[in-house]
Amino acid sequence: MGLKNNLHNFKEKNKDKKWIPGFNALFTFLYMPNETTHNGTHIKAADDLKRTMNTVIMALVPCLIFGMFNAGYQHYLAQGLIESANGFLGASFWTLDNLVVGLWKVLPLVIVSYGVGLAVEFVFAIIKGHEVEEGYLVTGMLVPLIVPVDIPLWMLSVAVIFGVVIGKEVFGGTGMNILNPALTIRAFLFFAYPTWMSGDKVWIHGAVERDQMIAAGQNVDAISGETILGTLAQGKEVAYSVWDMFCGIIPGSVGETSTLLILVGAVFLIFAKIGSWRIMLSSVVGALVMGLIFNGLVSAEVITEGSKFYGLMSTEFWHHLLIGGFAFGTVFMATDPVTASQTNKGKWIYGFLIGFLSIMIRVFNPAYPEGVMLAILLMNVFAPTIDHYVVQGNVKKRMKRLKAKTA
Amino acid sequence: MGLLSKKDAKLITDPLADNNPITIQVLGICSALAITAELKASIVMAVSVMAVLAIGNVVISLMRNIIPSKIRIIVQLVVVAALVIIVDQVLKAFAYELSKTLSVFVGLIITNCIIMGRFEAFALANKPWQSFLDGIGNAAGYGLILIIVGFFRELLGSGTLLGFKVLGDPIEKTGLYAIGYENNGFMLLSPMALIVVGIIIWIQRSRNKALIED
Repeated sequence: MGLKNNLHNFKEKNKDKKWIPGFNALFTFLYMPNETTHNGTHIKAADDLKRTMNTVIMALVPCLIFGMFNAGYQHYLAQGLIESANGFLGASFWTLDNLVVGLWKVLPLVIVSYGVGLAVEFVFAIIKGHEVEEGYLVTGMLVPLIVPVDIPLWMLSVAVIFGVVIGKEVFGGTGMNILNPALTIRAFLFFAYPTWMSGDKVWIHGAVERDQMIAAGQNVDAISGETILGTLAQGKEVAYSVWDMFCGIIPGSVGETSTLLILVGAVFLIFAKIGSWRIMLSSVVGALVMGLIFNGLVSAEVITEGSKFYGLMSTEFWHHLLIGGFAFGTVFMATDPVTASQTNKGKWIYGFLIGFLSIMIRVFNPAYPEGVMLAILLMNVFAPTIDHYVVQGNVKKRMKRLKAKTA
Repeated sequence: MGLLSKKDAKLITDPLADNNPITIQVLGICSALAITAELKASIVMAVSVMAVLAIGNVVISLMRNIIPSKIRIIVQLVVVAALVIIVDQVLKAFAYELSKTLSVFVGLIITNCIIMGRFEAFALANKPWQSFLDGIGNAAGYGLILIIVGFFRELLGSGTLLGFKVLGDPIEKTGLYAIGYENNGFMLLSPMALIVVGIIIWIQRSRNKALIED
């Protein structure tokens, strides 16, 4: 009698108890249950929902670790305590000091996100009497990566409760949601507490605190860390090199800065056949097209230096892929299999429009410096419609073919 | 029940819960989303709709046998429009500041589906007294939801109730704000009103399973 058998017997004995879904969730997380499906023919495959979710989490881990180092790095750099790292392998980046600050700030975000989110899932599973769903595993990892490092934890918990209940549970739980839950959570935070989600203070740990100290009359230097998008929207010079943008040694939300590591994650997801390369590719194409249109407008002198759009429109079109949360959103959010289009043709349209709209919102709406969140949420809503027309188009085509054949 | 017969009492109590105009019939949503950012505006709106609906119901009910059915919608519109103008003028006279914030929505009471709905469904076929009670009941059901939504939106969105700073002062950092609480700006936007109405509908239907339709 091993531990597994003991646990299994324990489960059998308490089958009728109300809390058993909670126990099952933990049990199946660690062990494969001793049950087989009772009827019908089934294909035996190893990639159940938990495996799928864990693969995505593995793809996110490099971003998370990088995010921790970057949190500390930006914190010390803004205070002038260390020198600029100049690239991915810079000596002042991968230091223990940076990691300690990162752990101190980022780990609580992860713990709160998972703790609150899973608690909501458990409560709903017990109320509804079904098994706990694994849907939150990925969301819980995504959420800390897409919020500013200094976001107060209570705000995060409120947003997580809102996102899981309103974004997912009311529609019937994992797999039934219309909107990506992680982005619902971020959108909630963005509209509810805008002062903590945008501006030039929130992206670097300590900047808000400094500001309050100055307001209280203490004699310290203000530190600010405008994101590149924010800087461009104001038409100022960007202080970071393209290589810095690519590596991600720039201010931003915790895990979305490093395009390099997001690419690694993307390759991993495509290789594991979890993320759709069609969506990623078409989204990048969409962004490039929109970027080229804007560049064209600038070089045709429709938009001149005086215009408030000049800063973002004159940004070289491919820089848009490196700055802001575009890369992260495209790879990890747009490809969410539940909320994206299901048909292959639909995926091309869906992805293209996400890229296209992201850059458009980014440039035209100074109130929403990052467009990718809103673009993905918008396209989530349209994904079923796109699929419907793709399927109907296919039906029509085949009807025609049938008619031609029989006539 | 000395004042009202059992049947008459039901006319008032039904719309408050199991036949609520907003949560069950899903009428009058536009104004419920638009003006509920403040509790005060919600209350004024509720009272205005109650006045219009109760009086309008009585007027239509009195005229029910002489209105040609082909032009009844136009007659109903004239009645509502006249009443809404009266309400608007009263507000302008006695609560000018508030009437400015409510302005267009008071005018839009004319298009509130609840009013036309009750005229069509009830007043045209019932006696004045019953129509009056029906008007009061439905407006109360509408107002109840408006006030609940307005309460939560103002409390969580601005930290005030009827203008009083019940949670402390956000600028002086007193009360709840001293420990880091902040107002939820999302609450002041209309999408959140829709979500609050949705949550009310959710709670109501999970308490009374008979209300769930397939």
